[in-house]
Amino acid sequence: MTVTSKRPIIDIRGICKTYILGEENIVHALRGVDLAIEEGSYVAIMGPSGSGKSTMLNILGCLDRPTEGQYFLGGDDVARMEDDILSNVRGKRIGFIFQSYNLIPQLTVIENIQVPLIYQGCDLKEYTDRAVDLANMVGLGERLDHRPNQLSGGQQQRVAIARSLINDPLMILADEPTGNLDSKTGLEVLDLIDKLNADGKTIVLVTHDPKVGDRAQRVIHMKDGRIDRDIRNR
Amino acid sequence: MNQYQILSTIKLGIKSLMLHKLRSILTMLGIIFGVCSVIAMLAIGEGAAFEAQEGIKSLGSNNIIIRSVKPPEDNNNQNTSGRSFAVRYGLTFADSSRILDTIPGVKRVLPERIIRENARFGRTIVPVQVVGTYPFYPEIARAEVVAGRFLTVPDDRFKQNVCVVTTGLANQLFPYQDPLKHAIKVGENYYRVVGVIRERNTAEQRPQSGKMEGEPIDNNVYIPLSTATSRFGETIVRRTSGSFEAETVELHRITVQMEDDEAVLTANNQIRRMLSARHEKIDYEVIVPLELLLQAKKTQAIFNAVLGSIAAISLIVGGIGIMNIMLATVTERTREIGVRRALGAKKKDITVQFLVETVVLAIGGGLIGVLVGITIPFFVTYFADMKTIVTVWSVLVAFGISAIVGILFGIYPANAAADLDPIDALRHE
Repeated sequence: MTVTSKRPIIDIRGICKTYILGEENIVHALRGVDLAIEEGSYVAIMGPSGSGKSTMLNILGCLDRPTEGQYFLGGDDVARMEDDILSNVRGKRIGFIFQSYNLIPQLTVIENIQVPLIYQGCDLKEYTDRAVDLANMVGLGERLDHRPNQLSGGQQQRVAIARSLINDPLMILADEPTGNLDSKTGLEVLDLIDKLNADGKTIVLVTHDPKVGDRAQRVIHMKDGRIDRDIRNR
Repeated sequence: MNQYQILSTIKLGIKSLMLHKLRSILTMLGIIFGVCSVIAMLAIGEGAAFEAQEGIKSLGSNNIIIRSVKPPEDNNNQNTSGRSFAVRYGLTFADSSRILDTIPGVKRVLPERIIRENARFGRTIVPVQVVGTYPFYPEIARAEVVAGRFLTVPDDRFKQNVCVVTTGLANQLFPYQDPLKHAIKVGENYYRVVGVIRERNTAEQRPQSGKMEGEPIDNNVYIPLSTATSRFGETIVRRTSGSFEAETVELHRITVQMEDDEAVLTANNQIRRMLSARHEKIDYEVIVPLELLLQAKKTQAIFNAVLGSIAAISLIVGGIGIMNIMLATVTERTREIGVRRALGAKKKDITVQFLVETVVLAIGGGLIGVLVGITIPFFVTYFADMKTIVTVWSVLVAFGISAIVGILFGIYPANAAADLDPIDALRHE
């Protein structure tokens, strides 16, 4: 490993993912991917459907394990971890932002922001201030007691961003965060993500929209389960 | 899993259930009905059993009652031959003293004659049961002397024409007067009223193998046994529409009071053996209240077992209802499960979350069922005039079973939820 000014937070080496759907039907979703992402960087992963983009996202998010290869997240190889430990890794080191917000409908804004804390066994009362700060940061300080169905899509996505930050994760993993939003609110959300990055958060964003991808410092294009191009914008 | 997690899981479970109030209540109905029917049924059963047992107990659980019974086949023989004027049957003074002398554990023996006659005061005539008895009758029957006194030993020795009447009869004969100042005419003689007693209840006639002989006990006139023998004689003639029937009976009833309950069971067989040796025909009947009591308790146990299994079935049906709804809920909330898994929930956390919801449903239903089940017996008592007893154990058992049903039927849906693949769950529409 070369010594860089910033240490890689994600270090993927030779990752393959093979799905066996039937005896003759074997899908190679990833065919050997190497990727290192440094702390504080803003990376967009792009590619057409079937390029292995989603599989890459699942593996990066520790939702799935690769068939082969190693994945160091914050120094630990998570590629072979057991399900329960992997759950812990997700809860502590990764903040998810989904295309369809995925807030929990029966909970209020502040409760939704605190959901990841439940699974870390924290006393929610001790973290109320932090949750309120995050809600203020995303501009929803006035709506702490609202339920998701009382919020617009942009507001819901901002709650989701606040939720992804509550555990102070190593990286934010965003899956088409603007896919369900109109262009104006989409831009607001992207501005918010830019701001997080400016504050030092590592962002990995999966999208098929080139305009969204252009905001990242580094754009990785995938094709047929491999990295096709790796472009650094700045 | 620490306390904060458990607390927030329970809070979340209640919140999720409150999101679909109607559905949650409908789901609980099965358990509510199950639990309240268990409690109500057991309360009614327990009440009925209690009344029956009280009735038997009022006969005195340490008493053995022997009655004279007319042997039916003997009756026919006498009629065809027509030789004998009166039918002779039943218990004798010899039986009575024999029991007192030979059976171990006997405290007292009360021989009685019971004659049906009309009692008359002024213009009022009431059919009564004349009981010739000993002064210690109230102690054995646990009757209460309301006014005056009961019969005394001198009354018996001197064959006094005195009587004690029951409260019901006193009310009929002397509605506006003090009974103690008057005499009533029974048969051919007058008897001075010396006391009024209140019988414990009228249950005495219940265990007579279906026969209801004589007047209700509340129309009783008690006179000394010696008086009864001398005034009425041993032969009683009953006139019925042109013909007449005569029977000679020395004693109509012998009540044997034993020292304790244990002596009752041993003496029971001894008395039966002794009587069968002394009597050619079965012209008597032995009633052992304690035996009846034990039998009643046995019946109650069977009754409870039947109720218990009905209740168990209804609770299982309720549990299946809960499981059905929870499986639907899991499908409906697949995406939520995926999100929670992505946000760090372990399989175990998801299992617990759904199990908690099921248990909250079952326990909530159980609590409502307990409340309703405790209320129903009150209405039954009020409207149907039946005695009901809500026992603590029936409430605990019903509630406990509902909780267990909740856990048992919650395990499958909760595991189904936990076993979902997070990626598939997140993609679920």
